[in-house]
Parts: sequence; C-alpha cells; structure tokens
Amino acid sequence: MTSLRTGTVMTRRAAHAAAPHRRARRWTALAFLAPLLVYLLVFYAYPLYRNIELSLHDYTPRAFIQGDPEFTGLENYAKILSDGAFLRALGNTALFTLGSIAAQYAIGLALAVFFQRTFRLSAVLRAMFLVPWLLPLIVSASTWSWMLNSENGIVNAALQAFGVGQINWLTSPDTSLLAVTVANVWLGVPFNLVILHAGLQNIPAELYEAAGLDGAGAWQRFRSITFPLLRPVSLITLLLGLIYTLKVVDIIWIMTRGGPADASTTLAIWSYREAFGTGQPDFSPAAAVGNLLILIAFAAGLAHVRLQKEGS
Amino acid sequence: MKSTSAKATVIATALLALAACASAPTGGGGGTGTTATAAGAYTWWDPYPQHDAGSAWAKRVNSCGQQAGVTIQRTAYDTTALTNQALLAGQEGNAPDVILLDNPAVSTLADAGMLTAMADFGLDTARFDKNLIAAGELDGKTYGIPIGANTLALYYNKKILDQAGVEPDSIKDWASLGAALKKVKAAGKKPITFAGIGTEEGSFQFLPWFWGAGAQLTQLDSPQAVEALELWSSWLKDGLAPNSVISNSQNTTWEEFLTGEFAFAENGTWQINSAAKAGFPTGVVQIPAKDGGAAPTPTGGEFITVPVQKDTKRYDVTKKILECMTTPEGLVETGTTFAYYIPSTADGQQRILAQEPGLKPWVEAVRSAKGRTSDNLGTDYPKISEALWTGVQKALSGAASPADALKQAQAQAKQAIGG
Repeated sequence: MTSLRTGTVMTRRAAHAAAPHRRARRWTALAFLAPLLVYLLVFYAYPLYRNIELSLHDYTPRAFIQGDPEFTGLENYAKILSDGAFLRALGNTALFTLGSIAAQYAIGLALAVFFQRTFRLSAVLRAMFLVPWLLPLIVSASTWSWMLNSENGIVNAALQAFGVGQINWLTSPDTSLLAVTVANVWLGVPFNLVILHAGLQNIPAELYEAAGLDGAGAWQRFRSITFPLLRPVSLITLLLGLIYTLKVVDIIWIMTRGGPADASTTLAIWSYREAFGTGQPDFSPAAAVGNLLILIAFAAGLAHVRLQKEGS
Repeated sequence: MKSTSAKATVIATALLALAACASAPTGGGGGTGTTATAAGAYTWWDPYPQHDAGSAWAKRVNSCGQQAGVTIQRTAYDTTALTNQALLAGQEGNAPDVILLDNPAVSTLADAGMLTAMADFGLDTARFDKNLIAAGELDGKTYGIPIGANTLALYYNKKILDQAGVEPDSIKDWASLGAALKKVKAAGKKPITFAGIGTEEGSFQFLPWFWGAGAQLTQLDSPQAVEALELWSSWLKDGLAPNSVISNSQNTTWEEFLTGEFAFAENGTWQINSAAKAGFPTGVVQIPAKDGGAAPTPTGGEFITVPVQKDTKRYDVTKKILECMTTPEGLVETGTTFAYYIPSTADGQQRILAQEPGLKPWVEAVRSAKGRTSDNLGTDYPKISEALWTGVQKALSGAASPADALKQAQAQAKQAIGG
C-alpha cells in the first residue's frame, strides 16, 4: 500500500514537470512494448485474420494461386453445419476431449497425491512418469498403433491369454475412438501430474496436521483440504487440457487417419483432412472448421473466467 | 475488480492465440533450401527426400543441368508437402523451374494455372505412352511428361505356394485366385494382404479390382463396383486377409509380406529390389480381372512439370533439362537409378528389357495400366477418390454393407464434384 501511495505522489510530481519529458517517456515505453506488439500482430492477429478470411471465401487451389477467391460469406459454415459428418465429428470431439481430460485429470491427481509423500526412489519414479511427454509424438503414436494391432498387437496377445477374442481396436468403428482416447490419456497424464503436484506443494502442511489432530482420515483430508484448496490449479489444468485436446490431430492421424470411415474423426481431424489429407486441398472449409474450434475454446475460456470469479 | 477483468482479457487473448495456432493452415515442412533463382542456377523440386545430395539420383539431375549449361539447385520434399509447397510458391510467384509431381497432382496444379503446357515451349510429347501421359492432360493440353511409371501387381511367396500346391500361373481370374487363397489357408498360412487405409493409397490399391470388375469411377455404386468391394470384404470375413488391412499403408503391407507368413501381397514396382532381397523366393503375377485377363492397374509415378515463370527466357534451358531427362537412355538410367521405374516410352521400355529381362511382367503391367485422372476426370479425381476410400473403409470395417457403403460414396462424390 505504501509503495502504491508514493507511486501516485511521484506521478503527480511528474505531471508538474515539463510535458515533453513525459511524452519522451511514453515513447520509450512504447518502444519497449513494440517487439511484443509486433510479435503478437505477426504471429497471432494475422494468422487469425487470415483464417477468418480463408473461411469466408471459396479458396480452390486455382483461386489460392491466382488470388481471386470468390467471396461466399458464411456459405462454408452453412455447408459444414449441414454436412452429415458434422454431428458425428462434433460428438466424437466431445467424447474424445471430455473423456481424455476427465481420465487425465483423475489419474494425474491420484499420482500427484501418491507422490506427495517422499519415499525411496520416488523422484526417479516420478521422473519416469514424464517419459510420454519427452517422446516425439510420431514415436509414441506409432508404438500405440503397433500395440493395438488386430493380429500382431501385444494388447490382443495379452487379452487372448485371458481368453478374450480378437478385438479390432483401430479397425472397428466401435472401438477406434476409444483406442485413440486411451493413447491420448496416456500422453496427457504427465502434464496433469506435474501441474497438480506443484499445486499440492502450495497447500500448507499445518492444515493436514490440524486435520490429523482432529481425527480426519486420509479420504476426509483429501476431500476437505486437498481438493478444495487445489481448485484454482485444477481449473487451469482442466482448461489447458481442454484446449490442448480439442486441437489434437497428430496422434489420431497417425493411429487411424480418423477412420475407419470417420469413426474417430474429430473436428480437428476433419479440418486437417480437408486442407492437407487429400490430393485436393480445400482450405476454405478447413479454415471454417478451425474457426469453430477456436470458438469452442474461447467459450471454454470464458466459462473458466466465470468459474474463477465465483471461486474468489 | 479491475484486475479480474484484465486477467480475463489476458486469458481470452491467450486462448484465441493458442487455438489460432492450432488451426491456421501452415505449409507442410520437411524441406530445406531456397527458391531464389540466381542467374545460371535452376531450381528443381522433387518428392525423393530419401535420395540425398550424394545419391546417384542427385548426380543424374546435376549432370542434366551441366549439359544444359547451368547448375541445378535441388530440393526434396515428401509427396504431400510438395503439393502444398508448390501451391504456396505459386501464390508467392516464386515457383521453381522444374517440379516433379505425383501424377494426380498435375491436373490440380495445371487447373490452378500454375503450370506451362509442354506445347508452349515446343516439347514433343508424341513419343510417350498414351495411357501414361493421359494423367498429365487437361482440356486437350499436356502439362507434364512422365519420367517413368510404376504400378501394382501381386507379389507371391513361392515357398508358401509350393507348400500349398498352388501354381502361380493358374491365377487367371477372381475364381482361380479365390481357390488359391483357400488352398493357402487350408495349408495353415496367411493368404493375402493389401492396403485398405483411408487415404489415396487405399483407393490406389482398390482400383485394380474396381476396374477389373468393369466399374467406372463416374459411377461408384454400379453393380460391378459392389462386386469388387464384396470381394475384398469377403476376404476379411473368411479370414483370407487380416483385419489390419483396414489401416495398412502400402509400406505396412510390405512389412507383413516380408515376415514370410503371407502368400500374396498387393504392391508396386518400387518393391522389386526389396523382394529380391527377401528371405524367401518371390515372384509376381498380374492382378486378374474378374472374368480373366489382366486388370487395368492405376499408374503411379512422377511427372516433370514446368511452373509458369515471369522470365520466359528461362524455358529454353528448362526444355534442354527435360529432354536430357527423357531420352531413351535417360529414361533407362532413371529407371535403373531408382530400380523401380518403367520407362514411359516404347523405345525406353525395349532398352530396359534388353538390360533386365526380369522386368517383363512389370513392363506389361505398365502398358495395360490406366491413369487415375484419365477419362477426363482431372481435378474431380481426388474428390471421387476420397469418397471411394471412405466407402471401402466402411465396408471392410463392417460399418455398412458394400452396396450401402458405395451408395453413400456415390452420393458423397456427387456432392463434392457438384459443390
């Protein structure tokens, strides 16, 4: 508070000083800001603008090169929303995203609580849980698709040992979405573990001691102390998880190409396939699907802000 | 209060930014090098990143440049990245002098107005096989010349066929192929594998059966088309082909074949060397048509194309480079450099046969092969193909019956072309 007050006094004094001096300071401030502003404009504002522009025109390869796309307004969006594949992709996106982040969060939290206690080799073990994060995606996704192979996969071999028949994980329309979700959960656990583990360090140990003295059991301590105090960290973890999962393309593309026959096609896969997955690049509908994803992520962000306000 | 709303703005901006990163189209990476066209240097793009600067292929490209009196700056991308890079370069107006394009991409880029017609700089295209060069034609003009061609056939594992008592020459039509597959299964081996993946490769592998039944790409749900898809589906249902074919790429299929457990594999000219090095004796039969004879197989392989340049004086040298690459000796050299290219002219084919008589079944297959974009499909082909492979995936995975899957495919194709 004191420092704030001196701050205001000083600004007032500065106001009495010569105006050019103040202007120069403003320019200096702007100059310091400039690199960031330029960066934001070039790497965020422009791509976003371009994406919207692509989606409002009909960019055939010909129009893309000649630079004379026809302005079609919201036609691309109308086409996408009325496409039979849209509802399917939306449903798949919801299942994939919500399933992934729910499981990632639950497993990540369980592991974080587990690693709260230090025991022999706990640091080593914790480090090992980070491995999925360190592997290049092409490696982990290919490994998953080998493991889940219908005929020669290790998963089916293990299941057969218990008398379960062959499950066509990646090639049956009933299981391919589940298969890519499981792989994605495995990829996302380390992220949840790290953030939640860090969040746990901020909960004062005295609270647990006091609760212990009052006779609270492990489960009650978790429910009444850990979970509520972890709320802000949990919220941001879930939000980041949501955004990250919404835009997942690589793992699904490598494992199933969104197939068989659209069974694991999410909105992100759909967008990617329209633009780059066929011999005929259709940038406009791809950009329109991409923009829908941005809107969904944006809505989730607003919901997060709302929840945070309620919390505090 | 103020801080919360500021925070809200920050988070909202960050979100937008994150999501924007995710969806903004970016050109596929994978390439190095520049497109700067310094005087005396001609730029060349091809889809062969496996051949580095010291490879025989790179040397061959360079020697054609030297003969034309210039140096060639070669850049290699993978196939899909190459098309995207080409589109971007076309938009920026700094396209290279020469691009080697996968043949279905030729009509797409030609339609975009990015390519120069061969006739416009006086290159004679009459000597190339009609069925091969058809993929480079659009509205009566030829926009590229094939530097060679590859296609599909059935490789077989001779050891397994001997065990099962199958004579490769007995495979003349679908019925005799079916009988052979059942014999192999009865002998306790895996009969056949192919690539039914949901990409262009899936359509490429399905086309010999599709065309072999007498179906046309303009009518995906014809009774003949249904018969072809029923053949593939029945192989899966009867355990003649593994379920993994639904997600198999052609490479995966080949890996499966190399394990020595499969009697047949549908694969292409590019595996000739690998087949010779396999741990068991192999052979090749042509893919049979339904009622006998060889089925028309789709042609694969790259076309040399010449993107439009602002400085039209460059075409003279480019023409010399193209001619150097496509003389009969040049085609044979390209063919042997890659070990999987059949020359695209009758003259070249005779010469390579004189050198390597073992290529005879492949030369025949290439002669009876058919371009995917032929029949004047041109830029419609990629859309039809997407509908086709989706239909194949539906039927193989059991999501729909072959007839229903193809009915949906036809509707999808019609909508995509009309729209």
